[in-house]
Amino acid sequence: MTILLRQGTVIGSDAHHSADVLIRDGLVVEVAERIDRPAGATVIDAHGCWIGPGFVDLHTHLREPGAEEAETVESGARAGAVGGYSALVAMPNTEPPLDNVALVSHVLAQGRRSILDVAVAGAITQGRRGELLAPMAEMARLGVRLFTDDGDGVQSASVMRRALEYAKPLGVRLAQHCEEATLVAGGSMNESPLSGRLGLSGRPALAEVVMVLRDLELVRLTGAPLHFLHLSTGRSLALVAAARAEGLPVTCEVAPHHFTLDEGACDSYDPHFKVHPPLRSPSDVAAVRRALVEGGCDAVASDHAPHAPERKDLAFDEAPAGMLGLEHAASLTFEALGATGPSASRFFELLSRGPARIAQLRQSDDRPSHSAHGGEVAAGEDANLVVFDPGATWRVDPGRLQSRARNTPYAGRVLTGQVRATIVRGALVVSDAGLV
Amino acid sequence: MDRGAGGHVIDSLRGQNLLSLSDLSREAVVEVLDTADTFVEVNRRAIKKVPTLKGRVVASLFYEESTRTRLSFETAAKRLGADVLSLAVASSSVKKGESLRDTIATIDALGIDAVVMRHASSGAAQQVSRFVPHVRVINAGDGQHQHPTQGLLDAFTVRQVLAERGATTGPESGAALFDGLRVLIVGDVAHSRVARSDAAVYVTLGAEVRVAAPGTLRPPGLSDWGVTIVDDLDEGLVWADVVVLLRLQSERGTGAFVPTMREFTQTFGLTVERAATLRPETIVMHPGPMNRGVEIDSAVADEPRAVITRQVTNGVPVRMAVLCLAVAGVTEGRGE
Repeated sequence: MTILLRQGTVIGSDAHHSADVLIRDGLVVEVAERIDRPAGATVIDAHGCWIGPGFVDLHTHLREPGAEEAETVESGARAGAVGGYSALVAMPNTEPPLDNVALVSHVLAQGRRSILDVAVAGAITQGRRGELLAPMAEMARLGVRLFTDDGDGVQSASVMRRALEYAKPLGVRLAQHCEEATLVAGGSMNESPLSGRLGLSGRPALAEVVMVLRDLELVRLTGAPLHFLHLSTGRSLALVAAARAEGLPVTCEVAPHHFTLDEGACDSYDPHFKVHPPLRSPSDVAAVRRALVEGGCDAVASDHAPHAPERKDLAFDEAPAGMLGLEHAASLTFEALGATGPSASRFFELLSRGPARIAQLRQSDDRPSHSAHGGEVAAGEDANLVVFDPGATWRVDPGRLQSRARNTPYAGRVLTGQVRATIVRGALVVSDAGLV
Repeated sequence: MDRGAGGHVIDSLRGQNLLSLSDLSREAVVEVLDTADTFVEVNRRAIKKVPTLKGRVVASLFYEESTRTRLSFETAAKRLGADVLSLAVASSSVKKGESLRDTIATIDALGIDAVVMRHASSGAAQQVSRFVPHVRVINAGDGQHQHPTQGLLDAFTVRQVLAERGATTGPESGAALFDGLRVLIVGDVAHSRVARSDAAVYVTLGAEVRVAAPGTLRPPGLSDWGVTIVDDLDEGLVWADVVVLLRLQSERGTGAFVPTMREFTQTFGLTVERAATLRPETIVMHPGPMNRGVEIDSAVADEPRAVITRQVTNGVPVRMAVLCLAVAGVTEGRGE
């Protein structure tokens, strides 16, 4: 397949330039001011659009196996493609959890049949129970580079220490969901005056901060790299930034709902606004937004968490936590960053280059399950690209999402910035903002 | 005081849902109390029935066991002439985890005008009100959030007692008897829906409200409720005109919030010794069911100053008033 992207603005790590981009046989073959249309090439008018590396999601709950009524690898990949992603990292909190070679192989195989590159994060502990280490070395041989018990943090300091010590020589990275379990037990929203008035038990910001503090000291001890998932408080972001300034090998991500929605949304008791970690106070939302703009985080991760509709028709404290993310993460990030020149590089850093580095997806290495993501738009690179229109607006219509689930907290919102085209391994999978 | 969803204040309950007392203006509360007064008389008649809700259907949907509140509501609805569909969900096939939307849709399909709802989850009544916007929803207690009719019957009982002492009547006095009235709420505020409704209604009516609770049973943001937090219970008891004791919800939450029941009783229980320090005119209240010997000594609960039985009696006229206003949209209970 030959594709010619006509007259877009190519967004590099440091510079932008207007160019045509020619893609053939899975690779970018030419980037030049003007390229004549080769015979048979599909031409996409990218005038006014940004062309950059396809997005990489560090944090996707694909629900397969175990909850296929909410999402499958196939449907999640479709949602990702519409959202501009060329690669997803599938979280291991499935049923059963992805804590062994057989299950990881299954999801990787489903991924190869999907329209995107699907990487897998393996569980740190067997059954995600936080007690015994999962066979990380075996999973690493399949190409797994990220391990997490996400959904829960590893609660035992001793187990987490061993996990970091074990992971370091394997060349893999652990990722932590930071909520100290005894502090959040039974809680369903941010602990605050609002939770007190609503009579909902709280999940305090403290629970995140306490685990971040503990894990930073474990990283200091072990020297093993650690990625902090969906940080939601100003305090924990500041702690991670300070640790990084000291040279500790830590990275962190933020999720769109934590910089666009605050706990006030829970006033309605609408379970669509229930998520872990919870929507925080307006000042924490402002802090997450600052980290996004000013560099205090390495990635935006969707924390795409599909749930079947009836599960969100339960009472607030009984409903499962989590919200959809893949299809609106880029627009929400774009709105938060603004449309100025430097923002474009930051936009692709947060959605593609940063997460690709963390997930070790920059090179395909010896892993057949995926191509290289998060690079420059340059000749010779694998053609995983997105064409993003910063001028377009669109309305979030739950009925038109590609995900099997409908649990978006943004229903009816008009968002600015839209994915026009997504190219994965040189194939056009999204065009005119819809699946090909 | 914080207001409910959307900061919307309700100035009259006529044709409205009753979800939280934080939503009601002083006028709205007084209207309910005055309407309830008209039903006290009905309840003293030999034939205790008016046709205000004749032909209307009121569903009572109790996801949580509550014989007292359910009987009180169903008696109120029947005395107004309504047909009552009673669904004790807690003992039926509907179990925790079943969609609220499905259950209410099924009941709504039978044709109902109002639903009286009790649920163990905070906010459940508000959620249901969105699923069936054409049905009036009366919150009969949702989790740790609100128990609006309890707050209203508590305020009604206080006004009734004070009016009798002052040789006036409730409707004549309006909200005047609450001006500067000293109300002390004691105990497990964090887990109490009654505390939230009582605090809201007394603050709205102009009373001065203080709260005494162990440090672990003060909910976050308590000082924003328009109340004063006191550390010295004994000082508060001498100060109070009305003492509201709350049931210690030992079954809620995840761990011990107080070291032992015994220590709770010694520090925050209304013991015989503490009751002796109350001024003679001070009223003692408890929403029930009481843990005798825990938050209140059995002997104190049976003193004349304790109006606990009168609170139960007043539940019926107050709930008649709420149903009458919310469902029929009228303040006049005597009917044809």
